[in-house]
Amino acid sequence: MTNKYLIFLGCAIPYRVASFEISSRKILSKLGVELVEMPEFNCCGLPFDPVSHETMLILAAKNLAMAEQQGLNILTLCPGCAGTLKKVNKILKEDKKQREQINSHLKRVSLEFKGTVEVKHLLQLLREDVGIDKIKESVTRPLTELKVAEHNGCHILRPKKYIGFDDPEDPQTLKMLIEATGATCLDYIGETECCGAPSVGVSDKVALQLAREKLNHVKMVDAQALITICPFCHIMYDTNELRIEKTFNEVYGIPILHYPQLLGLAMGMTPEELAFGELRVNPQKITKQFDIKEQNKP
Amino acid sequence: MTEVTTKSAQQGKEPIRASEFDPKFKYELQKIHGAENILRCFQCGTCTSDCPIARFSDTYRPRTLIHMAQLGLKDRVLNSDTLWLCAACFTCTDRCPQDVEVAAVIRVFRNLAAEKGCIPQVFKDQAQSLIETGYAYMIPELRIKKRVSQGLPPLPKGNPETIRKVLRGVKFFDRIQQWGDQK
Ligand code: SF4
Ligand code: SF4
Repeated sequence: MTNKYLIFLGCAIPYRVASFEISSRKILSKLGVELVEMPEFNCCGLPFDPVSHETMLILAAKNLAMAEQQGLNILTLCPGCAGTLKKVNKILKEDKKQREQINSHLKRVSLEFKGTVEVKHLLQLLREDVGIDKIKESVTRPLTELKVAEHNGCHILRPKKYIGFDDPEDPQTLKMLIEATGATCLDYIGETECCGAPSVGVSDKVALQLAREKLNHVKMVDAQALITICPFCHIMYDTNELRIEKTFNEVYGIPILHYPQLLGLAMGMTPEELAFGELRVNPQKITKQFDIKEQNKP
Repeated sequence: MTEVTTKSAQQGKEPIRASEFDPKFKYELQKIHGAENILRCFQCGTCTSDCPIARFSDTYRPRTLIHMAQLGLKDRVLNSDTLWLCAACFTCTDRCPQDVEVAAVIRVFRNLAAEKGCIPQVFKDQAQSLIETGYAYMIPELRIKKRVSQGLPPLPKGNPETIRKVLRGVKFFDRIQQWGDQK
């Protein structure tokens, strides 16, 4: 077992979700996972699949071939990137004709897809490589007073035949990881439902209704926070929560945290170290008890 | 959005003429990666009933799109605005009892529509960003600078030149290049 990974950031995280990257790097370093930066990068290809499957295949294969040159497996924080790279890795490994076709494109820049690396998402790495026991050991400040809900998002689970991780109809990994922090993970209606983010650019009305439905279900069980592991799901709920409240006349005030932020708190890190300041929905309800500055206030 | 719904609703209401059927369409689809199993669909409706978008849209129905394609209503399928509403959540793909890979079939429809030039603006913007920066979004300079103060390593550099090289000959990419040249 090697705990050294090439970290693949994708586009959405550096563009809008720095808090996810900051908190992920912090917890991974604490857990002894070594990250190597990609020397060069391009979009994983997913955003182009709807308009050109071939473009997606070539972009993904280019990234995989670059990782192969480094001789390191890929770790992604974005489930969209993970899903795409995994899918293309599988397709090209199994289908010689497609592999040759795509390689004819990569050859122009002296790259070749050989199929020698694996791709994992953060969640999979935490469960399979680090292990739940080690995560429990890393907890110095159990979050026993917290009751939260989880949202896996789609691309970490589906399509099952390409992802092959956890049970898409009843996923357990994120729940286990949440409970490892000492917090309680609540069940609610429609846990595996899509956040709607990919449809925002086409119809934000439909997409916001999906997000609203989710927040309603999370509110019904009195969750103190919603825990996500995807930059797009996070944007969908955190950035839009206020807008959804206004549009549909709802009241939520539910902070949306990245899982690494939750784990980081349990590891004894401060909200400031974990970039809680970047969140749109005020996380104070959660952070009050961890913030030394807050506690010292008269 | 209202515009999209109304237009599509009207499209659906127009009577179908015999001349609209293209009996070869389904066989063309069968040859495209992702749509190989389209003829297996027996219209059970699982995809539509489990589709989160169908729940909130008056017009988006994956089963109907697949039925229309099987019947050969090529133009109706490819010109449908609602095609672009799919969130690619893959629920339908996982639950289809006939292994149709519904989301992949929808993607094939969209790819064919895009080849005809029907491409929503978001995709054009992302494509432009890709060939200029290597990233799908234009990451503001400020964000890149802020990484230092946030204790993050520098962003890996995108290499637009190599992207242009590997994508040469891909229909969609050649189209983006043309837009770029027109600018
Ligand atoms: S779930 Fe599958 S078989 Fe059923 S209608 Fe949809 S595509 Fe057809
Ligand atoms: S992938 Fe698209 S068609 Fe299928 S269930 Fe999700 S939104 Fe609906």
